[in-house]
Amino acid sequence: MADTATGRTTATHATRILGIVTLAGVAWLILFGLILSPADKNQGESVRILYLHAPSAWLAYLAFIVTAIASALYLFPKQHSLGWDRLAGASAEIGVLFMGMTLVVGMLWGRLTWGVFWRWDARLTTTAFLLVTYIGYLAVRRLGGTPEQRAKRSAVLALLAVLEIPLVHFSVELWRGLHQDASVLRPNGDVELDGLMLFTLLSGIVTFTLMYAWLVIHRTRTLTAEDMLDDVGLELALEERRRESIPHTIEEKGALLS
Amino acid sequence: MMEDAGFIVTSYVITFGGIVAYAWYVLRRGKKATKQLPDDSKPWV
Repeated sequence: MADTATGRTTATHATRILGIVTLAGVAWLILFGLILSPADKNQGESVRILYLHAPSAWLAYLAFIVTAIASALYLFPKQHSLGWDRLAGASAEIGVLFMGMTLVVGMLWGRLTWGVFWRWDARLTTTAFLLVTYIGYLAVRRLGGTPEQRAKRSAVLALLAVLEIPLVHFSVELWRGLHQDASVLRPNGDVELDGLMLFTLLSGIVTFTLMYAWLVIHRTRTLTAEDMLDDVGLELALEERRRESIPHTIEEKGALLS
Repeated sequence: MMEDAGFIVTSYVITFGGIVAYAWYVLRRGKKATKQLPDDSKPWV
């Protein structure tokens, strides 16, 4: 509490409450995912991995869409606010984390269900491509230049990269592959899960969304603080250079006059 | 069955372990940066 009162962290009262609710959601998800939900008649116990895999994929999509919206809000209005750029960067970083986890956990599920960790199936390949694209986006953010240059080039890239998401999501419909079709977000609106399994999956989606909110708030505040420190450092360096260029001693002034 | 349990537990450990590690990294960096700034320059305070 003392840290919050003096502003020595990125936490506030609201983020602490959000963090506690998220932790409760994680405990709830583990309880239902590992113990209370039944085994699937086709997949058996391996369905328990899907309570993490599907929410991770959803969260990565959400994070990348937020990145694109924040990038558009930076790029298109006349007043360019770097706050939107920081939100875009924070959200993309979290999206990369969850997309990576989607692939790793999906490989474990694939080993149990298909007998192999990896196949160059349309869904797996497009997902890997999406991950590599956003790793590239994060690399572009770390290139040199002013914060405005960083914001502009990464916003353009984010608006292009988000176009891959429909391709990934509908890849199971567009190409015949090994990956199963969507169980919830189907084009015809049907849901292919029942009772407790659907409830557990939705609990996972809600918990992961809360987790995303908590992470993105803290990461955006961290980026804000780091940008401010960069500005302070630049001002100090300029001040130092100005002081160096002013002659201080009589000898220096005399040398300049002669 | 035992092989299933190993893969299932591993997937939960990787997911939540990864999230905890990232959250710790974010909080640590945040604390380090905010400590060096005056309170009135932080919009969330």
